[in-house]
Amino acid sequence: MALAPVHHILPLATIVRERRLPVKGTVRAYAGQKVAAADVVAEATWSREHIFLDVARILGIPAAAADRLIRVKQGDEVPLGLVIARGGGLLPKRVKIPRAGRVVASGGGQILIEAGESRLELRAGLSGMVKELIPDRGVVIETSGALVQGVWGNGRIDNGGMINLADRPDVVLTPARLDVSMRGSILVCGQLRDAETLRAAAEVPVRGLIVGSIYPSLLPLAAEMRFPIVVTDGFGTLPMNSAAFRLLSTNDKREVTLNAEAFDRYSGLRPEVIIPLPFDKRPPEPRNVEAFAPGQTVRVRRQPAAGMIGTVAVLPGGLSTFPGGLRAPGAEVRLENGQQMLIPLVNLEVVG
Amino acid sequence: MTSLAQGESVLAVDVGGATTRAVLFDIVEGAYRFVASGSAASTAEAPFRDVSAGARAAITDLQTLTGRSFLDADGRLITPSQADGSGVDALVSTLSAGPTLRTVVLGLLSEVSLASGRRLAETSYTRIVDSVGIDDPRQADQQIDELIRLQPDAVIIVGGADGGASRSVQKIIEPIGLSSYLLAPEKRPAVLFAGNQRLQVEVKELLGSVVPSLRVGPNVRPSLELEDLQPAARELASLYLDVRKRQLQGVEQLESWSQGTLLPTAYAQARMLRFLGRVYGGARGAVLGVDLGASAAVVTAGFKSGVTLKVYPQFGLGEDLPGLLQYASLEDILRWSPLDISAGALRDFLYQKSLYPSSVAVTTDEQALAQAVARQALFLAMQKARRDFPAEVRTPRPGLLPYFEPIIASGAAFGDAPTPAHGLLLLLDGIQPVGIATIIFDRNNLLPLLGAAAEYNCALPVQVLDSGAFESLGTVVSLHGAAAAGSTIARARLVYENGAEAMADIKAGNLELLPLPHGQNAKLAITPRHGVNAGFGPGKAGVLTISGGTMGVVFDGRGRPLNLPNDPGRRRELLKKWLWTVGG
Repeated sequence: MALAPVHHILPLATIVRERRLPVKGTVRAYAGQKVAAADVVAEATWSREHIFLDVARILGIPAAAADRLIRVKQGDEVPLGLVIARGGGLLPKRVKIPRAGRVVASGGGQILIEAGESRLELRAGLSGMVKELIPDRGVVIETSGALVQGVWGNGRIDNGGMINLADRPDVVLTPARLDVSMRGSILVCGQLRDAETLRAAAEVPVRGLIVGSIYPSLLPLAAEMRFPIVVTDGFGTLPMNSAAFRLLSTNDKREVTLNAEAFDRYSGLRPEVIIPLPFDKRPPEPRNVEAFAPGQTVRVRRQPAAGMIGTVAVLPGGLSTFPGGLRAPGAEVRLENGQQMLIPLVNLEVVG
Repeated sequence: MTSLAQGESVLAVDVGGATTRAVLFDIVEGAYRFVASGSAASTAEAPFRDVSAGARAAITDLQTLTGRSFLDADGRLITPSQADGSGVDALVSTLSAGPTLRTVVLGLLSEVSLASGRRLAETSYTRIVDSVGIDDPRQADQQIDELIRLQPDAVIIVGGADGGASRSVQKIIEPIGLSSYLLAPEKRPAVLFAGNQRLQVEVKELLGSVVPSLRVGPNVRPSLELEDLQPAARELASLYLDVRKRQLQGVEQLESWSQGTLLPTAYAQARMLRFLGRVYGGARGAVLGVDLGASAAVVTAGFKSGVTLKVYPQFGLGEDLPGLLQYASLEDILRWSPLDISAGALRDFLYQKSLYPSSVAVTTDEQALAQAVARQALFLAMQKARRDFPAEVRTPRPGLLPYFEPIIASGAAFGDAPTPAHGLLLLLDGIQPVGIATIIFDRNNLLPLLGAAAEYNCALPVQVLDSGAFESLGTVVSLHGAAAAGSTIARARLVYENGAEAMADIKAGNLELLPLPHGQNAKLAITPRHGVNAGFGPGKAGVLTISGGTMGVVFDGRGRPLNLPNDPGRRRELLKKWLWTVGG
């Protein structure tokens, strides 16, 4: 039984997502609360900078003696210029606070101050219901709808109405396809190949982009864009896979959440498109683990059929020999173009 | 820990970045033999996030192959072996799966202790994200902020000769303690201290309560002139496992199965190379192991004096693949391709492959690209590693490698090669060995597992090595010396055991092959032209007994270093010709 990775492209599923602050903070939502994507569910303050004062070294005295002279303690707010320790003698040295802040540690003749406090707001990111609270960190939100996972994201998150600009999954997005009527929308297209298009999309401005593939040379610029970009299939000139394209096309004009989370293979975080949809009966949660089996819908990861969707026709078992001599476990896959092809299992993922 | 008695069966599990292997060693006709190997996709990544799932799947595959049961119905290891033939007496394991450890190195002088610290970091699966020396221009608070921003997985602290001044080392340690104190407990780094031994107690007091794991090892630089990485490398191997236990589920299960002797794969491989280096690394040079897989390129050279272990995640063929472009241009990589493929297609290939490290190339174009990328990665790894080979190791000419015999290759780059000929050429082009070397392919990645098993039973690795568990690709004679292209640079005569003879004229710029099947020995006599070195010295002839293998005897007359023509068309034709010559 060969374990299979699963790539989620689902028309209706229960989607449960954790939203978590990177640092300790305060949760502003309650269990059972209905939230919109833009709602703040948790917030935190954190300091970007620290100031380290080695009082003992500055005064030229032992640490224990410096500790006795230090007039502030952990947790104290300290204004700019405050004298926190004064040495002895006729012309005593004074140790002043160089920048307003808060004492976070003190001891060993030293103090550490945090300064430059910033406020961090965590938004729900998707509309749904708060299923669970994560103390001091965030919430778990549940929603139902369509789900399309991607392979690359630029780390942004937003939501808006989705407009499909492509009549085929290989259509290249160009500046000519963009106009001011798309302001505030999330656009769907097959491929992204040039920097001008990205800049034009930023000027509209759009709320997000969903594309099948992107040129690797554009990744640094795409990472800088203020709007989320989700790439569904990969790099180069791959068209968007037909399952994702069909699902996004049929949900054209709907409100979607675009969470362009950077792909992290270890945590399982992936960029994704969530399209909230109404339901009568709670749909099932997606399965994350499958075993390869005949009849499964699969997506091909590598050439010669990269990005194509197919159905497992036969699992021969054992090792198969591939053109060129490679021997590996494989599956006969009936591709959407009618062709049947032997493909290594490691080049397949189950769609579901 | 208990030692294995002779005659006990051993299951060995290697959890790699892409594949997990389960291997059975057992007594056959009075000696340990490699019996079978099962494999499964590794499960360090989501959605599994539990390396023991992949280990169980690999063991299940092994059960299917052998017809023996090693796991009970609940997935528990059956140990010791039972009367009905089920179970095993011991399990050993190695691990290289998981993200590269983001590491900060702290030391004093950049050319002394910091350099030693960096070399120590290269003995494990680390990527140095910052280094801080005594001359670092940043203030302590800036260092604290940078450490908080970087959130390293590991910190290596070195510096100070034993018994020497301690104040400077204390100063560089302070930001580590303070930044760790400010970070959430789960984000604090594991710390290895391998500096001035006089500071050990103080380091424990300063950092012991704030970091999740603190290892204290012998000083890598006990004096200005002396560097000794190996004892600290053992501590770094333990630190690596400490971090993995926090990052990945199932590592503790694996450690429990292997009775606490889980080892990092590269470290276990180095242990075997150390042993082989002592045995074989005599008059003719040293022993070389290269493992090129998804996690890293690992170069291990066993010399009489010790082992050099170099782990380069930046040259691994998995998730870090696009990072290769920081060390080589697209053109550097494409020079190895026999097909006319655009730079854009190569760039797309690198990024797409990084998404799916375990995927394999099946089209002719992708196989050519995969082989070209592997050559460049191996070439870069060797060039970097050889700078740190012991100074006393002699090379036939400056800039060339020492003589290595044998050379052992392993990893997906070789395993996924379409034919043994592709694998052999990848090795020759990437390493560019000199002289005469037996080329061994460790198809089942046994070497690190033998290194782990040696912890229990030193007879097991020796007996398995002697049993023919490794595939010999044959003997390669690599010649170098000035000669015009196409001119004869040496004559070779091979006398088989049955008295038959075969001759070869080796021409500059060409490869030649003489057949010598597995299991056969033959006497090889080489007479090089004046100034050409075939491994006996410039212009010197020699005779030696060699063993056969899949490829027989390969004479590499392309020179060292291997210079490829600048003209792309001519270069591609030459690469095709070489591949055709060796049967690819």
